[in-house]
Amino acid sequence: MARADELARVATLAVFAAGLAFPFLASGYHLYQGAETLIYAIALLGLNLLTGFNGQISLGHGAFFAIGAYGTAVLATKAGLPYWAAIPLASVICFVAGFLFGFPALRFGGLYLALATFALAVATPQILAFKGFEAWTGGFQGILLTKPKPPFGLKLSADQWLYLICFFSAAALFWAARNLTTGRVGRALIAIRDHPIAAETMGVNAALYKTSCFGVSALYAGVAGGLSAIAVGFVSPESFGLALSLSFLVGVVIGGLASLGGVIFGAVFIEFVPNLADQLSMSFGESAKALPGAIYGVLLILAMAGAPSGAAGALRAIASRTLGALGFR
Amino acid sequence: MNEFLHQLASGLALGGVYAIMALALVMIYQATQLVNFAQGEMAMFSTYFAWKLMDTGWPYWGAFAATVVVSFLGGLAIERLVVRPFAKAPVLSSIIVFIGLALIFNALAGWLYGYSVVTVDTPFSGRPWFGNVYMSAHESGAVLVSLAVLALVYAFFRFTPLGLAMRAAAQNPTSSRLVGIRVGWMLALGWGLAAAIGAIAGMMAAPIVYLDPNMMGGVLLYAFAGAVLGGIDNPFGAAFGGFAVGVLENLIGAYVVGAETKLSVALAIIIGVLVWRPSGLFGRRLVARV
Repeated sequence: MARADELARVATLAVFAAGLAFPFLASGYHLYQGAETLIYAIALLGLNLLTGFNGQISLGHGAFFAIGAYGTAVLATKAGLPYWAAIPLASVICFVAGFLFGFPALRFGGLYLALATFALAVATPQILAFKGFEAWTGGFQGILLTKPKPPFGLKLSADQWLYLICFFSAAALFWAARNLTTGRVGRALIAIRDHPIAAETMGVNAALYKTSCFGVSALYAGVAGGLSAIAVGFVSPESFGLALSLSFLVGVVIGGLASLGGVIFGAVFIEFVPNLADQLSMSFGESAKALPGAIYGVLLILAMAGAPSGAAGALRAIASRTLGALGFR
Repeated sequence: MNEFLHQLASGLALGGVYAIMALALVMIYQATQLVNFAQGEMAMFSTYFAWKLMDTGWPYWGAFAATVVVSFLGGLAIERLVVRPFAKAPVLSSIIVFIGLALIFNALAGWLYGYSVVTVDTPFSGRPWFGNVYMSAHESGAVLVSLAVLALVYAFFRFTPLGLAMRAAAQNPTSSRLVGIRVGWMLALGWGLAAAIGAIAGMMAAPIVYLDPNMMGGVLLYAFAGAVLGGIDNPFGAAFGGFAVGVLENLIGAYVVGAETKLSVALAIIIGVLVWRPSGLFGRRLVARV
């Protein structure tokens, strides 16, 4: 088993190195896509902590993403905070929002939680555009932000710097999620998912763990939202609808529930499938707009039927089989 | 006062649509303890089907009947082919499958019929009915159709052997199987009926909210709110909830939060009910055995 562990470590390091080298090899739009993929990976990581590890379904994580994005935008433009202060502050707001939403969620249980979070996802764009908040949120127009410049006279382009911000945030959050899930906390979360009554009998404070998990999950989504606000340079209500929340769910399922590495596959998937559809729609006309939805839907059902552990699970199965054939064990 | 009565009346019209959507949701919930997140998109797809028939020259009621029949068969087929394999899967998997179904129907509608908004005819046109100045002819008609659907569904479950068998299969599958009811087929029938009712809801909603692939997103949310408010295991509670949500949505939208923020009313109702009265107004209180 030690060899397989080592292999996993080498693979992690390789992915880290590739991610770090990327901004110096790619440029322009590809760099932006890379940053966006990392942002999605952070959001998926948060959702996976909640849904994959703790078994609480959320169809409304786009709402917490939106709170992070709008929080960052409002703090940056109205309070004049720099982005490195605005994003963490907005994420803390997200944690509180998630924690508070987690409280009633305690009483719901699976299906009702899905209903409540679905309602949250559908209502989010309207709440963001609400007239009463227009002075801060800019209503339907949204808010424009300026892109951050590299500090200390570093010889980096703004795009490279932005990518690196996303990269190091993602790396730190991956590290945190790994530590969170492999230790005592992770065991408690999984126990609550698999057998809540047994977990409580063993002295796990299920209520506290579940609400905190909701909070942490929302915090991840909030960081992702904040980063996306500065990466796009613009926030508007229309971009935080149900489609966003559902694409997060798709990403988590495709990558693999309860798999941290899997979220990278999921993020790449939800970043590039809509892009592909956009390119196809140039040659095939408007009907290609239906492509992402169709692919998402079919893959969701197929994944549930054939590969509940997603891409990460499939890869792990292949790896262990090849390793076994090579004589490692 | 006039304005208020207007809002109340159009709330009732949409409320009828929510009521029968909620009824469709409850029908599946009673049998499987699951809520079909694809119900809205299935109804939207049925509505497009009706619109296409009318576009090729079918008369309204002919298209209406054909759509109901085709939707019934479609619902049946979906249960048999897609939902059945997940009968024993955890709640999370079933919900993900329903979301997948919803995405597929949405994409299919966009691909087949395009994303631009189309207007759907109404069979109830002309002057307002019964000298009712607060409702258009279509709104009056929609309320009547919703009430008729409720009455028919009630009669079906109360007075026919098949309805009795379906209720039995939902309440106690094991004993029903022992007395010779084919429980699996009863579930499939439930899906078929829900799809047919959803199709009627879609056709009644379309002249009010206009038809496009995302038409039913909001309607489904209000139907959820109605079902939760009335009690998700009680068909009449859910229907009452649907009407109540329609009225509340319109009044709060008009006088409190503004029409552009109406969807948050549904969110508030769902969360409020789940926090203060999780079984809804008329639902049975569940006691879980540890």
